[in-house]
Amino acid sequence: MRYKKYVIVILKKLGTAITDLVPIIVVVVFFQSVVIRQPFPQIGEVIFGILLVIVGLMLFVAGLEMGLFPIGEEMAYALAKKGSLLWLIIFSFALGFSTTIAEPALIAVAKEASIISSDAGLIENSEKVMGLYAMGLRLTVAFSVGLAIVIGVLRILKGWPLYYLIIGGYILVMLMTIIAPDEIIGLAYDAGGVTTSTITVPLVAALGVGLATAIKGRSPLTDGFGLIAFASLLPIIFVMAYGLFWF
Amino acid sequence: MAVMINYFTDFVLVLFYTLRDVLPILILIIFFQLVVLKQPIPHLKRVILGGVYVVLGLALFLMGLEKALFPVGEIMAVQLSDPVFIGVSEGEQIMWWDYYWIYIFAAFIGFSTTIAEPSLIAVALKAGEVSVGTIKPLGLRITVAIGVAFALAVGTFRIVTGTPLFIYILVGYLIVIIQTIFTPKKFIAIAYDSGGVTTSTVTVPIVAALGLGLSSAVPGRNPAIDGFGLIAFASLFPIITVLGYAQFMDLKTRFQK
Repeated sequence: MRYKKYVIVILKKLGTAITDLVPIIVVVVFFQSVVIRQPFPQIGEVIFGILLVIVGLMLFVAGLEMGLFPIGEEMAYALAKKGSLLWLIIFSFALGFSTTIAEPALIAVAKEASIISSDAGLIENSEKVMGLYAMGLRLTVAFSVGLAIVIGVLRILKGWPLYYLIIGGYILVMLMTIIAPDEIIGLAYDAGGVTTSTITVPLVAALGVGLATAIKGRSPLTDGFGLIAFASLLPIIFVMAYGLFWF
Repeated sequence: MAVMINYFTDFVLVLFYTLRDVLPILILIIFFQLVVLKQPIPHLKRVILGGVYVVLGLALFLMGLEKALFPVGEIMAVQLSDPVFIGVSEGEQIMWWDYYWIYIFAAFIGFSTTIAEPSLIAVALKAGEVSVGTIKPLGLRITVAIGVAFALAVGTFRIVTGTPLFIYILVGYLIVIIQTIFTPKKFIAIAYDSGGVTTSTVTVPIVAALGLGLSSAVPGRNPAIDGFGLIAFASLFPIITVLGYAQFMDLKTRFQK
């Protein structure tokens, strides 16, 4: 009897995962068969890949609800109850910094950027300088994400309105754009988007909501969200500053 | 048989990379629980099982993407920007509207990949839970996906025309600021967050491939300079659509009163 319950839960999750992927499949099939009208490349591999994606998505969502969300919120509660601002700030910074420095998308983008910059003659074309440049870029982005989470957490504690900070950030981005070298601008704008990884996001969201729930007078809805917004804004500003420093 | 072994080694490799990504977070959590909070982790068994599911799920997901969707997306971007497909003969000037299939494709691929984006699913679930039903997770995801669809259509247009990136971003920021003034406060934080979460595991690689493929296919574009910017658009436009949706819902309830 117990197994029957599990089977129903699994089937339900499987169903959601499949519906999540239906749009992609429809788009690809439509463009291949109606617009491009060429034989489908490696159909067998594609179908196998889609099956993997469905099972993967199903497991991910199940794990999210069982593991990442509860642990993130529990830790936010415990840290708020402990009442040590210093530890809370250290935790927030470490969460942002450590998850970003290892982010594969960022590593790839930093390497690409060092090649582009040396091709454009902005930095010396030697392996050492390019490596330094790429590492510096990763450190800059990771530092800015750590700082962003700290600012976001302070905002929740103090109850500052989010939009003042975000609009202030936008103005800073625009001012930096005027003085930053042209070659770094596109990269800087994109850097904001690639920093927030799939495992960081649920943890950061749980941290924000957990804190806002634990502190009196804060609403989880208006105050708990907004951490990710900082994490995608601050790297833009810092990467442009990095460009100014190098070129 | 050889294929099976191949897949298996691929999977082990992807699993290893995923574990490496999770390691800093794991160390952080264990350190804080044991050294700072000095507490055992509550529901330890469940949390560990959940963590295993997340890592395993993500590894399978990424491997499936690499096997299936990324190559297809890349091939299609190249096919769609091919002069032969566009139907112009050699030497003839290609105008920006000749690339209309690219814009349509970018919009649809943006919408469909965003619907499947795990980070967005996570935030939408949380938002639904916290707002006690005012925010419907699926509704939020569709609104964000529409934003990404617009973003990629406009972003590919920008690559084809070669117009400067910062002008679009400036206009986008101004729209967000104006909308912020008129949107009910409780939706603002979610809207701002939905910009950052759209560009993750699924969307970034596909979008990057699209940008680089297109900027190398369109004559006169440099992938190094024009290839960037799509991700920036994809993290800005959803803010606008989510704020817009919140305003629309607000107006609707006011009308009904």
